[in-house]
Amino acid sequence: MDDLLLNQFLLLGAVLFCLGVYGVIARRNAVLVLMSIELILNAVNINLIAFGAMHGSVAGSVFALFVIAIAAAEVGVGLAIVLLIYRNRRSVDLDDMAEMKG
Amino acid sequence: MLDKAWIIPLIPAASFFLILFFGKRLPNKGAEIGIAALGACFVLALVTNVQWRERVNDAEHAAEKGGEHSEEGEEHGLSDGESAAAYAAVAEEEHVEFDVEPLHETWTWWSNGDIDFSVGMLLDGPSVMMLFVVTLISLLVHIYSTDYVGGDRRYTHYFAFLSLFTASMLGLIMSENTLQLLTCWELVGLCSFALIGHWWEEKPNSDAALKAFITNRVGDVGLICGVIILFFGAGQTFDILTINEMAVSGEISHLVLLVASCSLMAAVMSKSGQFVLHTWLPDAMAGPTPVSALIHAATMVVAGIFMVSRLYGVFFQGLSIGTSSINLLAVVGGLTVLGGASLAFVQSDIKKVLAYSTVSQLGYMVMALGVGAWTAALFHLFTHAMFKAGLFLGSGSVAHSVHSFDMKEHMGGMKRFMPKTYITFVICTGALIGLFPLAGFWSKDEILAGAEQLGGDGAYTAFLVVGLLGALMTAAYMTRCIYLTFFGEPRGHAADKEHPPHESGPRIVVPLYILSGMAIVAGFANLPNSGALSWVPDGLALRFEHYYEPKGEYFPAVLDTFSHPEFNIGIALGSTLIGLVGIGLAYAWYWRGLGPQGITSRNKVARAGHRALVEKYYLDKLYTDVIVGAVKGPVARAAYWFNQRGIDGVINGAGAGAVRGGRFVYDKIDQGVVDTIVNGSGSAAEGSGQGLRRMQTGRVQQYAALLFAATAVLAGVFIIVI
Amino acid sequence: MVAQNIFFFVIAAAIVYSGLRVVTSPNVVHAALHLVVVLAAVAAQYILLAAEFVAATQVLVYIGAIVVLFLFGIMLTRAKIGRDQDLTHQGWIGGAVTALVLFGVMAYALLDEYGWSETPVPADPRIASVNGSNTATVSDSIFSAYLVPFEAVSVLLLAALVGAIVLARKD
Repeated sequence: MDDLLLNQFLLLGAVLFCLGVYGVIARRNAVLVLMSIELILNAVNINLIAFGAMHGSVAGSVFALFVIAIAAAEVGVGLAIVLLIYRNRRSVDLDDMAEMKG
Repeated sequence: MLDKAWIIPLIPAASFFLILFFGKRLPNKGAEIGIAALGACFVLALVTNVQWRERVNDAEHAAEKGGEHSEEGEEHGLSDGESAAAYAAVAEEEHVEFDVEPLHETWTWWSNGDIDFSVGMLLDGPSVMMLFVVTLISLLVHIYSTDYVGGDRRYTHYFAFLSLFTASMLGLIMSENTLQLLTCWELVGLCSFALIGHWWEEKPNSDAALKAFITNRVGDVGLICGVIILFFGAGQTFDILTINEMAVSGEISHLVLLVASCSLMAAVMSKSGQFVLHTWLPDAMAGPTPVSALIHAATMVVAGIFMVSRLYGVFFQGLSIGTSSINLLAVVGGLTVLGGASLAFVQSDIKKVLAYSTVSQLGYMVMALGVGAWTAALFHLFTHAMFKAGLFLGSGSVAHSVHSFDMKEHMGGMKRFMPKTYITFVICTGALIGLFPLAGFWSKDEILAGAEQLGGDGAYTAFLVVGLLGALMTAAYMTRCIYLTFFGEPRGHAADKEHPPHESGPRIVVPLYILSGMAIVAGFANLPNSGALSWVPDGLALRFEHYYEPKGEYFPAVLDTFSHPEFNIGIALGSTLIGLVGIGLAYAWYWRGLGPQGITSRNKVARAGHRALVEKYYLDKLYTDVIVGAVKGPVARAAYWFNQRGIDGVINGAGAGAVRGGRFVYDKIDQGVVDTIVNGSGSAAEGSGQGLRRMQTGRVQQYAALLFAATAVLAGVFIIVI
Repeated sequence: MVAQNIFFFVIAAAIVYSGLRVVTSPNVVHAALHLVVVLAAVAAQYILLAAEFVAATQVLVYIGAIVVLFLFGIMLTRAKIGRDQDLTHQGWIGGAVTALVLFGVMAYALLDEYGWSETPVPADPRIASVNGSNTATVSDSIFSAYLVPFEAVSVLLLAALVGAIVLARKD
């Protein structure tokens, strides 16, 4: 138990990922769904950095940076959409947004 | 000539075609071709007869020399490749039994597997004798016809058919197998039809022709069946010699021969005018008189007799002629004798009298064959041809001058107008009645002797009685006929003062002379030399039998049960006496007016009997009204019913069934099954679609949940399982 | 290395607990604040793994900007203040099952591949490079090897910026 095991980080990332998946599926508020997506992205980042450290390569860090940048962009646009929806429907409850119901 | 005798039928056949194609352009309209052809045939027939006589003599001499030298027999006239197989079986004191081989030529026409269909020539005693008879009578008839039917509307046609008939008859008597016999049989029937209906514009004539043909056809069924039965019975051969040999030696079973005989009897009954298929013969008098003389007196009607005598082995063994006292041939013959004679009494047409007389005499011949007197039958055939043809031609001569055949209406007292015809007619009548020493006496007497002597226990005595009775009746009705025609006061046309009847020309009278001459001398051809006439030298006696009775394994004479009748003075005197009695009775009735005249108008029984005779024993009514009517009425109705109900019912039913089937298919199958499947698949698709539709909730998170779940499952499958 | 291990587990516990609260909290603002904790703890994990620049960037961008955005979003969408019972679906069990299945698969795969104790992170996780500085190494990498993705991300950010403004403006 001296070393940091790769598996620890990866498992941690898996847990975070699954929590995020649960949040995406189970939450009704659109903003909370977006937050859960952030959890997922962070889990991915942990994986990337862990592998980068594993192989002594900086590529993992670089990609993690890119992920962060993309996450930021995605949250911006996503929240803009949520605002638009709120403006139109006066609600961000996803249950009310079953327009595509077939 | 003997081995080339097959040319003889071909000459009139060729003349038939020549007359048809060229006759009209010739000065005599084709008659000269016919007469020339027949003349040639007659000469050749005479030559054949002479050569046959030599053949028999040679066979006899060879047999007398002994058995060992028999193989090197004389080759005279035996160029058919077979040696005269004349071997002595047993040398008796007076007679040497010897065989005379018949001339037998065959040409295979076509063969099918094992069976050969051939045409050929079988020349032995009976055929040589018939050659003479047919060609002589045909020649005389040809000459007679040039006067009788001169100026006729179809003169050429008439002579053509006369030639064809002669050719067919000659072919029949020389056939070597039953198929050829059958073919020529049908051909003579066809010619008879054509010649009877010569004046077919008058309906009674064409009716008579049809009646003749169809009645003959009925009997021909029996002929065909008989031929087939014999074919199979004799081991699949049509050859007459083989069939006879096998029948005589007992190789064919008795039952087969019996059935074949009975079947062939039907043909004899129709063709040779036996009771009950004789009804066509009197009606056939509608044809020209020379035709009646040739065909219905002398030649065609004897085809049945000839056929029986040809296949005598079959009949002799099949009907057990040698050992019984009654058999089918004799019974039918006997019935015919009496039936024909009785019907001749009530005829006013002279030709019809002669026709019934022919029926009766044919009955004698069949009866003779039935009691086993083969030679007597053929001898009677020979003599009968002569005097009956003479009678017919004589009646034609009379009718030619008064232009009618009705004795009661237009004849009477013709004796002083036509003396020559009268004389020949009387001579021939005498021969017919059987007065000594005319021809008919000898032949009829031999038949009666045969009825008395041959056969098993009790012999054929019944038929002796029948024969004597027939002789009585023959005498009576012929005398009646002579009286009505030649005696008494002229009536009708005969009494015409401006154009009185006159004697006929030489072309008519000369044949009459020839035939009556034959009627006088022909009887001496078969002089018996037994009994009271044992003093007759061997070289003179039984010449007919000597030369013309077949001697060989194929003729039942080799059997113990076969024997020849001997001369019985009692029967000879008795029959002559009876004949005179008959003449006397008729004389008394007609000349003297004695006896119960007009009884039929007073007595009911007599009237009924007279009526039955006039109606020809109601046989014609039976045939046309009852038999044909029974077929026409119910059968036609049944056929119509079957057509309407049966056949149309089937068709309509098929149609209705098809309609119902179609409707069923439409309702049940098309609508029910097929559409159910099609609609079902549609509704299944819709149902499953409806089911799957619930997945589309419109909620994104649910889609995401499904997505992740599926991913997890797939990943699990890939990682863990695979 | 024992100290690192201890720190790791403490930080991991914080991450897991806070993550759980993010997805289960009935209070939106609490969820957002728990998100902050998660993000900060993740940054600490990065430092454990000697990725200092990424940790700094994480804190700056994620917590500094993204969480603020979230809070603005919560405010602008008038999320209910205080406990809100309508934040979780009725059928959240399905989600839980899905997540658990997914975790199960992933855990199995990871353990199968890397085992319990077979794959250690190297002892010296310092990623050596220019001047012994992580930041320098990362920047070198970005501006040489990964230049094109960098530019692409720039364009992406620009597009996002423009898009967000277009979407959210009042008209």
